[in-house]
Amino acid sequence: MAKSKRKVPGLNGSSTADISFILLIFFLTTTSMNVDSGLERRLPPPPDPNQQEDDVKVKARNVLVVAVNMYNEISYYYGDQASGQRVFVQDVQPKDLRAVAKEFIANPENKPNMPEFHPADPPLPIFGTPMVTKNHIISVQTDRTTKYEVYFQIQNELMAAYRELRDELGMKSFGKPFAACNEEEQSAIKGVYPMKISEAEPKKYGGN
Amino acid sequence: MPELNTSSLPDLIFTVLFFFMMVTSMREVTMKVEIATPKGTEITKLEKKSLVTNIYVGKPNKEYRAQLGSESRIQLNDAFAEVGHIHEYVKQERDGMQERDKPFMRIALKVDENTQMGLVTDVKMALREAWALNLTYVGGKRE
Repeated sequence: MAKSKRKVPGLNGSSTADISFILLIFFLTTTSMNVDSGLERRLPPPPDPNQQEDDVKVKARNVLVVAVNMYNEISYYYGDQASGQRVFVQDVQPKDLRAVAKEFIANPENKPNMPEFHPADPPLPIFGTPMVTKNHIISVQTDRTTKYEVYFQIQNELMAAYRELRDELGMKSFGKPFAACNEEEQSAIKGVYPMKISEAEPKKYGGN
Repeated sequence: MPELNTSSLPDLIFTVLFFFMMVTSMREVTMKVEIATPKGTEITKLEKKSLVTNIYVGKPNKEYRAQLGSESRIQLNDAFAEVGHIHEYVKQERDGMQERDKPFMRIALKVDENTQMGLVTDVKMALREAWALNLTYVGGKRE
């Protein structure tokens, strides 16, 4: 028996690099770096079962209804029907809605069939109490068989209308678009053009 | 010429590996539905992944079409689901979040563009019932 201590041979580490390469490639393939993007919206809270229906009456001039039927045809209307001021347009394209929504929200000519002006309440930072169309509502109504693509494009155009109005006001008042304004300026602009897209339950519209 | 010493190469690779493990997240689910998201101009990025809960709505993959047909279906996690399951799913996801993050929970609704609005509306109503009100309609960027 040899009494001398045996030497343990050094572990060959030349393949560690390959092993960690394999691990690296595994993680590269199973993980995702890309981040999703999309239209950000906020839903209203669930309807209160105790609440009486129709206790909130909205004046017809304050509502712009965008309706899509089962054939994915878009129409819109606003204004009071009883006084004959209703504007009703059929067969529009999503991209046409942007200009319509912008005029409706801002009501630059103070037309009687577009939203009425009220002083801002509570007072806005910087602007104070300008006259704003704070009671306006844009309501998107769809049929159950409407394609989601059409709905998405409508939402996109309506949000674009708000963004353009806010950008225009930002450029006019602060010399920069809405996104570049600071928090106080942004909240002032938001007070002038509050985003009011209604997410109401769908109505049966146009057939079946 | 002396040979290059490569004994630190494994350590280098390990560093890169750890970097990737930290900045990326595991792809959580295997998709059972086909989704082509619509494209828009007003989209914003979904900021924090830990706040986002995904709901998929789309056409079932080929192998499921024999049983389920080609109408759009809902997928939650790894399984097909009905509208009635959404409430429970949202609740579970919310319970798994940190207390301070709960009000900022956001639902990413990934819907195929050919889906009928009826189903989307049902999902939206279910989300309202579950008090998950921050919603993002996932879509691509259109130039």
